[in-house]
Amino acid sequence: MRYALSDIPFIKRLLRSRWPQWNLTATLLLFFVLAIIAGLVGTPAGNRNFGIVFVWIVWWALLILLLVPFAGRLWCGVCPIPAPGEWLQRRALVQPRPGGKLYTLGVKWPRALRNIWLQNAGFLGVALFSIIILTTPSATALVLLGFVIVAVGASLVFERRTFCRYLCPVGGFIGLYSQVAPIELRVKDAAVCASHTDKTCYTGSDDGYGCPWLLFPGGLTNNTTCGLCTECLKTCTRDNIAIFVRQPGADLLKTTGRKLDEAYKGLIMLACAFIYSAVLSGPWGALKETAAAVGTPGWFAYAGIFLALNLAILPGLFWLAVRSGRWISKPASTTMRALFADYAAVLIPLGLTAWVAFTLSFALINFSYAWPVLSDPLGWGWNLLGTAGLKWTPYIPGFVPALQIPVLLIGLTAAIGLALRTTRQHGQSPWAAAPVAAFCTAATVGLLGLYLA
Amino acid sequence: MRWLVAGCTLALVLMALLAPLPAAMAAGAAPQARRITIAARGFAFAPGTVRVNRGDTVIVDLESMDVVHGLYVDGYGVAAQAEPGRSGQLTFVADRDGAFRFRCNVACGNLHPFMIGKLVVSPNLTWLRAIAATLITAAGTLILFWKR
Repeated sequence: MRYALSDIPFIKRLLRSRWPQWNLTATLLLFFVLAIIAGLVGTPAGNRNFGIVFVWIVWWALLILLLVPFAGRLWCGVCPIPAPGEWLQRRALVQPRPGGKLYTLGVKWPRALRNIWLQNAGFLGVALFSIIILTTPSATALVLLGFVIVAVGASLVFERRTFCRYLCPVGGFIGLYSQVAPIELRVKDAAVCASHTDKTCYTGSDDGYGCPWLLFPGGLTNNTTCGLCTECLKTCTRDNIAIFVRQPGADLLKTTGRKLDEAYKGLIMLACAFIYSAVLSGPWGALKETAAAVGTPGWFAYAGIFLALNLAILPGLFWLAVRSGRWISKPASTTMRALFADYAAVLIPLGLTAWVAFTLSFALINFSYAWPVLSDPLGWGWNLLGTAGLKWTPYIPGFVPALQIPVLLIGLTAAIGLALRTTRQHGQSPWAAAPVAAFCTAATVGLLGLYLA
Repeated sequence: MRWLVAGCTLALVLMALLAPLPAAMAAGAAPQARRITIAARGFAFAPGTVRVNRGDTVIVDLESMDVVHGLYVDGYGVAAQAEPGRSGQLTFVADRDGAFRFRCNVACGNLHPFMIGKLVVSPNLTWLRAIAATLITAAGTLILFWKR
């Protein structure tokens, strides 16, 4: 059940032309630069600073509540972070150079790092210091600037969008959760690709560049690594690539052959959803103070617990659940490591809905900070649009639990459904899913406890 | 059959979340007036969690120990402000059960958006209903997908 959205003439024209996407990226780049400038020279008061409010409230809420669940990696397709590096690499802003030629040293990314372990580490690093980054404009600016510098450096040294594919800490989880989205970019007919010897989607042509994400679209089976840059839609000479509307979560239905790095990404994201919900949205002032007191003995203890939860405790509990299921019913022929990675598919809907619930806990409450900041992005007393004086107004704060409960229950339903599917695909009895289902249920109750108890 | 299981599960979840409870089950302790002093300092409230019973008249004395702070109660929409040496006060009847965040509503520094406390109005039926709904969802999903 899928429908080729990009075959609608109007949408096809939009996607084939370089201008709409370029204009959107360039506009976002202006906002991005403004966020960095505001962070560096604007007011240090986070709630009056464009960098903090627009990155961590407006952009984050849009990303988690709308873009990722409903459009997958659409953000990656217009993200401004790799744009300067990509323009340098292409020595072109909009129209491609003949043959899609790139100007880079073209070093291949080391084979051992062709996974998302570095993205996992990068996300953990950002998350560990998140209470500082989310609240201190200069820290946000330095992090964003750091992303751009690394992206530019990677573009000049490595081939194509190596930064997006292997380094971006945000891209790792967007890719993981984009499997839930009801859209996908795929080929229409694999046989057409097989007989197309030029493979312009990968090599590039006068119409565009070879896949910046280092993928052969004909081999795409899930959304994880496709950045929706739509370059292949422009370079395919057979009109054989399309963006399809599909059943939500279709990528998750194949629960075998999954990777350990993605399993850990799922665990890290779930653990961080818990930690953020407790530290940032919880009522424990001492915990916030400790998390913010970087370099103190208390902070080192916090960092130790943070890393232990992410890398050992939650993965350990999940391993125990999978191991118990294996004890209940032995799979046909699968190692424990492969089984662990395959069952980790359940963490995708569970983690995404956990993040939606966490984001709901602060986005609607704090969204009204955006209006004054629009008029006074640096906090210098301007009133460009006449909204500088608008007071903080929480939107429907009493309604937030009514949104969080169904969201978390949807995630739980999908997770348990996937656990049972995994048992079948591994030739196990359905009873083998019980421990993983219990893990998912406990995680849901835990999150609900943090919000409602 | 699948649709029947799915429908029953959904109906039970909705019942768990929304069905009115018998008065005896929903009733809590007898209402009384409660005076609570909350100190605000360095992006934290003390006590961080305040527990009252439904129907209680809650009188909050907000005392600021460093800079100007506010206290806004989600779901009740009431607020007060205090500065060092001058406390603020707010009074409301806790007529809705559940857990509600209260938060500083006066920009007080970097961690201001996360200066949060919690008001728990017992009996916290929202929490109990959510647990019931979660367990029903888990059981219903297991039954639904058991043999597919």
